[in-house]
Amino acid sequence: MVAVNLWSSLTRFTDGARVVELEAATAGQVLDGLKAAYPGLAPIVDAGVSVVIDGEMATGRHSPIGPESEVVLMQRLKGG
Amino acid sequence: MAKDEFTEFKLVGTRPDRPDGLDKVTGRARYGADMSMPGMLWAAVVRSPHAHARILRIDTSKAEALEGVKAVVTRADFPEGLTGEEWNLQENTIAGDKALYDGHAVAAVAATSALLAQDAARLIEVDYEVLPHVIDVDDAIKPDAPAIRPGAADATVPEGMPANVVRYIDFGHGDVDAGFAEADLVMERSYKTEATHQGYIEPHACVGQLGADGKGEMWVCTQGQWYIRKMCADVLGLETAQLRVTPSEIGGGFGGKTTIFMEPLSLALSRKAGGRPVKLVMTRSEVLRATGPTASASMDVKIGMTKDGTITAARAEFRMQGGAFPGAPVDMALYCAFAPYKLKNVHHIGYDVLANRPKCAAYRAPGSPMGAFAVESLVDEMSRELGLDPLDVRLTNGVREGDRASYGPTFGSIGLIETLEATKAHPNLLVPLGPNQGRGIAAGYWFNHSGETSVSMAISEDGSAQVSVGTPDIGGSRASIALMVAETLGIPYEDVRVNVVETGSLGVNEPTHGSRATFASGKAAVVATGQAIKEMCRRAAAEWGIDEDAVEWVNGAAQPAGPNAGKFPPLTIREIAGKMGETGGPISGHHEGLPEGVGASFGCHVVDVEVDPETGHTTILRYLVVQDAGRAIHPSYVEGQYQGGAVQGIGWALNEEYIYGEDGRLQNAIFLDYRVPVASDLPMIDTVIVEVPNPGHPFGVRGVGETGITPPLPAIANAIQDATGLRMTHLPMTPPKVLAALKAAGRG
Repeated sequence: MVAVNLWSSLTRFTDGARVVELEAATAGQVLDGLKAAYPGLAPIVDAGVSVVIDGEMATGRHSPIGPESEVVLMQRLKGG
Repeated sequence: MAKDEFTEFKLVGTRPDRPDGLDKVTGRARYGADMSMPGMLWAAVVRSPHAHARILRIDTSKAEALEGVKAVVTRADFPEGLTGEEWNLQENTIAGDKALYDGHAVAAVAATSALLAQDAARLIEVDYEVLPHVIDVDDAIKPDAPAIRPGAADATVPEGMPANVVRYIDFGHGDVDAGFAEADLVMERSYKTEATHQGYIEPHACVGQLGADGKGEMWVCTQGQWYIRKMCADVLGLETAQLRVTPSEIGGGFGGKTTIFMEPLSLALSRKAGGRPVKLVMTRSEVLRATGPTASASMDVKIGMTKDGTITAARAEFRMQGGAFPGAPVDMALYCAFAPYKLKNVHHIGYDVLANRPKCAAYRAPGSPMGAFAVESLVDEMSRELGLDPLDVRLTNGVREGDRASYGPTFGSIGLIETLEATKAHPNLLVPLGPNQGRGIAAGYWFNHSGETSVSMAISEDGSAQVSVGTPDIGGSRASIALMVAETLGIPYEDVRVNVVETGSLGVNEPTHGSRATFASGKAAVVATGQAIKEMCRRAAAEWGIDEDAVEWVNGAAQPAGPNAGKFPPLTIREIAGKMGETGGPISGHHEGLPEGVGASFGCHVVDVEVDPETGHTTILRYLVVQDAGRAIHPSYVEGQYQGGAVQGIGWALNEEYIYGEDGRLQNAIFLDYRVPVASDLPMIDTVIVEVPNPGHPFGVRGVGETGITPPLPAIANAIQDATGLRMTHLPMTPPKVLAALKAAGRG
């Protein structure tokens, strides 16, 4: 199981949980798992979010996640 | 082995001539407006004079009757049914039912000359029903503000929020109330920053050509040709691959050229004019009214601090407007605001708010300068209140590798402490200050970015090398990539040519944004070069009749890897390349992907100012930028990025702002009135390059383009407080504002 840290305002879709546990081995599986477990998150995930794994922005859905990885969901980041 | 493990580089870290230098100083470089084609038409755009108005009728008949007019387009010429950001882009390109801001495009015309197109545009009649408008973010978030786009809020916005709130974010960790209770000093302040424009020298310009068969081309000034292609295809309902987009040389972008504004209009006009190419060049006024400035912000910050300067808790609530569309960078502003600090207890709240202004675009570290202005101003004020050195307070609380970032994740390799220590050691801090003079410091942060990247390289017949990249060169990426490729190949820098290519030449590339070009295209180019080296080693092995694993590449030549591999004289790249036609054909490398290992960058700025008590004018006396580059591939370009960021921040702090009248129209849509800093306003910007190598890049590169604009806003405010005792909380700190504050304090 992977603990996924959400931003606080998403807790209204997760029964109040700021950290949710999912079976996931990649960033893509985290996103798919969030949508399946908490359908209210689907439009937010689909609009674009960033998955940060052990301090580094996942570059794609394939980015691997270990069982001890720190996983944080953030809004999509780019730059100027 | 990461190349950074080498102790010495031959080329990386040197300062050779820039590859585009001769073209630029001789005027030979081709910018967006330089492209002309046989049979080309010229376009002009009709824009709304109202901040918010329903479009009742558009009559184009008089324009169409004018001799020389070949096409007129309105929203009716664009496909229907788009949703989400695609709809936003289409709506911003040309208004539908409503004009949403002063300058919003309503119609466009193409004619045989530029003057004729402008005449024809004046003949297009538009009837408007003027609607109530709202400009300021604090007004726009009020419950009784005019609702600009009901239903535009996304799923993050809870029910019951004001109508113009379209995105909401709330995050943090720890217990801020308990943290404030531990503090010896708790202070709370409110701050505002105004919208500013990137101020690039080159206005938007393009030539678009589109046939009835849906095949087209575009030559355009842009940071990202693939973004232009995708966005134009979306807005016009085209198949993406049928549109070929070639980037011109670019006269600055700073984020403002990562999206579309008027480009689809030239294609739509071309299609309607039988496929003739259509040139569209914005005036400076159009650039300021109708392209994407940054957001304006209203921010509340509260911090708790103990007597020794330790921050016990922090809270921020930011409200930002990014025009009549979602997209104000309130999330990134909050992520960056407290990033330099190790915080046990922190809470952030953000609102993205609609207003009747142009759709904001990215601007160099989007959001971070505003967040830094609020937080770094308050940290400075509290440091002074407690009698502490503001630099020591930042060292006391500064984040290190392994610390949890204020926005959640754990930092990898970062160089904030090294940056602060280099700042503390700089002689500028020892210069004595005179009357009315003050010194301010501030720190800043930017994540940096990777993104879709595709690079090809090939060895030429004479052993020189060409590299094809998809990231337009804005700040020196051609030079830095040439240096890295030349270093890897072991050939002279001058033997490598880096070409920025059109969309038909490579897979999808994200733009030059997020300080990514030298990191991402550079990393991909090094990998591609490694493939070419491997192939050259293979051919040398075949020539010698030994195993290819027994060949190594050293100083631009293949050689046996050791005494057991056999005794053969090295085969140089020139010798191998000269025989490529007989030994297997072209020698090349290609790499594409989403490069991992982005390295974040911290900076610290120190500014000395003098404030004239009679006029309120602030003179920048000295300015120091210290920033972690990871590894400076071409130090002159890195210094240029530091200096450029500082100068844009100085303009944002002291002069630049979008000024609107009561009617919602922009009042200062020319550079005479929208005043950016010029050389005579500035001293030489001093720079120190800190190098804490990024382990995620073969040469240790971090992006350097954006962090530099982040600290100037608070650093200058802090310096003005040091000089005058006055805390300015609303940018820009223009002479009238400073003078009014001095008078209010009885000192003006």
